Amino acid sequence: MAAPSGPPPRRLSRRAQIARDRSLLLMVLPAVVLLAVFAYVPMLGNIMAWSSYSPYQGFFSSPWVGWENFERVFSNPLFLNAVGNTLAITAFQLVFFFPVPIFLALLLNSVMSPRVRTTIQSIVYLPHFFSWVLVVTLFQQMFGGAGLLNQTLRQHGYAGFDLMTNPDTFLVLITMQSVWKDAGWGIIIFLAALSTVSPELYEAAAVDGANRWRRMWHITLPALRPVVILLLILRLGDSLTVGFEQLILQRGAVGVGVSEVIDTYVYYQGVVYGDWSFAAAAGLVKGVVSLALVLGANKLAHVFGESGVYKRA
Amino acid sequence: MPPVLPDAPPPRARPRRSRHRPAWEEPPSKAGAVSKVVVLAVVVLAVVFPLYTVVLTSLSTQAETLRAGGLVTVPGELTLNAYTQILSGGVVTRAALVSVGVTAVGTVLSTVVSVLAAYGLSRPGSYLHRPILFVFLITMFFGAGLIPTYLLVSGLGLIDSYWALILPGAVSAFNVLILRNFFMGVEPAIIDAARIDGAGDWRILGAIVLPMSKAAVAVVALFYGVGYWNAFFNAMLYINDNAKWPIQLVLRSYVLQGVSLPGGGTGTVDVATGVVTGLPVQMAVMVLAVVPILLVYPFVQRHFTKGVIFGAIKG
Repeated sequence: MAAPSGPPPRRLSRRAQIARDRSLLLMVLPAVVLLAVFAYVPMLGNIMAWSSYSPYQGFFSSPWVGWENFERVFSNPLFLNAVGNTLAITAFQLVFFFPVPIFLALLLNSVMSPRVRTTIQSIVYLPHFFSWVLVVTLFQQMFGGAGLLNQTLRQHGYAGFDLMTNPDTFLVLITMQSVWKDAGWGIIIFLAALSTVSPELYEAAAVDGANRWRRMWHITLPALRPVVILLLILRLGDSLTVGFEQLILQRGAVGVGVSEVIDTYVYYQGVVYGDWSFAAAAGLVKGVVSLALVLGANKLAHVFGESGVYKRA
Repeated sequence: MPPVLPDAPPPRARPRRSRHRPAWEEPPSKAGAVSKVVVLAVVVLAVVFPLYTVVLTSLSTQAETLRAGGLVTVPGELTLNAYTQILSGGVVTRAALVSVGVTAVGTVLSTVVSVLAAYGLSRPGSYLHRPILFVFLITMFFGAGLIPTYLLVSGLGLIDSYWALILPGAVSAFNVLILRNFFMGVEPAIIDAARIDGAGDWRILGAIVLPMSKAAVAVVALFYGVGYWNAFFNAMLYINDNAKWPIQLVLRSYVLQGVSLPGGGTGTVDVATGVVTGLPVQMAVMVLAVVPILLVYPFVQRHFTKGVIFGAIKG
């Protein structure tokens, strides 16, 4: 038996351990099989990035071409444009999206009535559970050419504008969408951090003469610091991934120039235009760089004394 | 954003806060109180208002939308026409049924598989449990990539099969780890006692661990369910036959792109004015795409704050 109260006796043979834990192993089996087929087999499938895959020749008989696909990826201006757009979107969202949940959490935390607080919370969490198709459609109905805002503007004699198809304001548009969808959900983790602060700290500070702002500066914000650093680092580690569905849905409306990111580029080159090995190479580059960024970011989290995404053990 | 794993200490109940202002805290200034109310009201309205006009428009008559010049914001003549139209057969009805089916089968499958895996990995010291845990963890850090995954799914002959919407994402390591974390928080003494009474692992999971972890299982099932219901990209990739489209694909083509589908009602774009006719019908499709979430959400959302996913966010 696998008692949780201590390490297993070492002397058990492997056969005896399997016999003892057979139901546990059986329980894990379906998930492991699913992961093996749908996560690990495709990982191995990435070797196609070194071949010139053709659906007619099949996976194993397509000719091997060495690093040629990677050379094409790195000398491709469209790919480099996609990398640039990806980084621009990440940077923009870091500045204009990231602080919003922190601000909302602080605001919500200062509301006295528990009923008001939980009501607002359940309302702002909700959009997180909507699909991107719905969010983009809602934005189109509100801000699009035939949307509510333009309809109102025109009724009052102003010229309308179409936010949904304007490449110049695209960064603003997708950040608004992200804020609408996910800023509310993002406050959960900050509220959790705030709820662990002992009220005695505030009381002691107040007795010592610290006013509302000084208490926020010296008690509340330091309590949020670990979470903020952790999320910031994670976001940096994830900087090559930006909302795939959000962007693919709006790629047609604003054009490739500003909306093509690495993920959408890979999709179009591979699935749509059939340049399979080239797209696999581009995707692999992204995957490897992302992995390095995540691991590096996690290391950085440890340096700051946070537990990071996984533990040091 | 990659998920943040819940840390080892089991989730703690949020301390209940008093509804009274502590004696040492000065009451807010008038300007402060007013601006707080204004900001929070704007935030709430920003979520509620778009949903309100969409629902209202879906319930309005075509004439009402023409009078309003588009979306309706003030209730006038109300009708259920749009709903009887989309639900009386045709593309939208079929898509809704596909989505319901995929979501139901997928959610049950994913939840059962994840609960079993989470319990199987939650007994420390069991055979191979560390290496197997590692197998799960790796999938959180390195994705295989779109192209090889697509070729695998098509190689398995799953193109245009509903299984293509379910199997590739059936297990999320993140959800397994949430559950595992929760199961490990169950008092070991209770489990030991059950074991001494002769209960095996299946019995312990079903009779003790599961009933004590209802909240976590509910939240994980919600995550899976929402994922299946909202799945758009997988459907776009793997489902070419538009008789098999789920609701999100119909929403995109029919409402976002203004494409009219055979048997889908009367959603066409008037090229001259850019005004989309059949607006109530289109808005009814949007409402249909969120109704299941709105139905389940109230029952599950209270668990969010109950500390189920403390220290864990999924973005």
